[in-house]
Amino acid sequence: MLKVNGIDVYYGDLPALRDVSIEVHEREIVSVIGSNGVGKSTLLKTISGVNRPRKGAIHYAEMDITRTRSSRIVEQGISHVPEGRQLFPTMTVMENLEMGAHFQKAKKAKEALLEEVFTYFPRLKERLKQEAGTLSGGEQQMLAIGRGLMSCPRLMMLDEPSLGLSPLLVSTIFDIVRQINDQGTAILLIEQNVYHALSMSNRGYVLENGKLALQGTGQELLTNAHIRKTYLGL
Amino acid sequence: MSNLIATDITKRFGGLLAVNKLSFELAEGEILGLIGPNGAGKTTVFNCLSGFLTPEEGSMYLGGNAIKGLQPYQICQMGMARTFQIVKPFPTISVFDNVMVGALAHGTSLQEAKSMSQDIIESVGLRKMRDLEAQGLPLPLRKRLEMARALATRPRVLLLDEVMAGLNPTEVDEMIDLINQINQDGVSVLLIEHVMRGVMALSQRMIVINYGEKIAEGVPAEIVKNPLVIEAYLGKEFLSAQG
Repeated sequence: MLKVNGIDVYYGDLPALRDVSIEVHEREIVSVIGSNGVGKSTLLKTISGVNRPRKGAIHYAEMDITRTRSSRIVEQGISHVPEGRQLFPTMTVMENLEMGAHFQKAKKAKEALLEEVFTYFPRLKERLKQEAGTLSGGEQQMLAIGRGLMSCPRLMMLDEPSLGLSPLLVSTIFDIVRQINDQGTAILLIEQNVYHALSMSNRGYVLENGKLALQGTGQELLTNAHIRKTYLGL
Repeated sequence: MSNLIATDITKRFGGLLAVNKLSFELAEGEILGLIGPNGAGKTTVFNCLSGFLTPEEGSMYLGGNAIKGLQPYQICQMGMARTFQIVKPFPTISVFDNVMVGALAHGTSLQEAKSMSQDIIESVGLRKMRDLEAQGLPLPLRKRLEMARALATRPRVLLLDEVMAGLNPTEVDEMIDLINQINQDGVSVLLIEHVMRGVMALSQRMIVINYGEKIAEGVPAEIVKNPLVIEAYLGKEFLSAQG
């Protein structure tokens, strides 16, 4: 459903990604792993139209979205849950969720989408009127994912959802990502929690210095000697 | 001998009891881990210790001197430094100048501060980045810079707030080595961390808090088997996922 084909992305004169190609198929969970600063977040931002590639193309559901604006990409069914959550801290939980459904089709389905979000995160329902900035770290991550669900995505991109969370909450968040996937949404996941990420992924890609270094199934990558040494510290 | 003693400290935010009669001691040369769920009050404890907040009740002593009610710069001058969970370098000045700000906190001569900053930058592995703007560093290096700035104030006690968050396991191992080295150089460390790989490897003892109260204290091997800790923090999958 998503095909990123040979993209180059620059920040000014600095190359961030070079000739990167990845694919996500319907209903898959795909992980992108790599050290900090190798371009993983840049890749997601380029897919969601925040960055533009200098070379290459991005296709989604048979459409060329290389130059499509971000709001339109969200409407087409790709949602992006960014690193560090990026909530609207002085807006309430409800208002943050509404911001995720800010186009006609999603607005119409709002009630049903809210119900879906509350099934995954009953905690958010208890805190609808609370300002997002006063939530705990775990609740903020739930809200960020909830907001991402409000656009009714067919592909959800998650950038380090486990960042700064307790071990118990990390397991909870990954369980919910799995459930979201079970309901038919494909997942493109960036994680430093490499073991957890690869264990639940159908396939994974490894980025090093802005280039694709390796790819394989989750299991292949977990048992790969280079990955074990460089990313798992084993 | 204890370097840092907190006795029955209590901090409220309006009706919320963020820290509730918490007591602990950090011994000379010790690394003490402080863990607990998100929102349990860990960072509030740091804010109380470092003078950013004043607890309503309880007492705190650093090297035998009472520090409750002192300003952050005074506590820093007495030998306690901290890092921030969301790293806070001066973004548009160089790595070197960021460390200089810490080094000059004690009224050191410029020459002395320069040579000390250079030493610290080398010890935390930022030599090649010395002249780069702080905002251009990738996250693991910004975390190191955060530590370098704190170390430049020559602390005897260092409070580290989630310096391993967002690092992959290999980067975590490098951070473990760095913290061990700092500790061997004579700095006692109080460590807030969710990355269990890191906190288990480093801590001689750990305390666990939940809803602002201490629920467990002990050596790491005991802590991870404590049912209260598993229930509130680790989750049942933790022990099985360790293998």
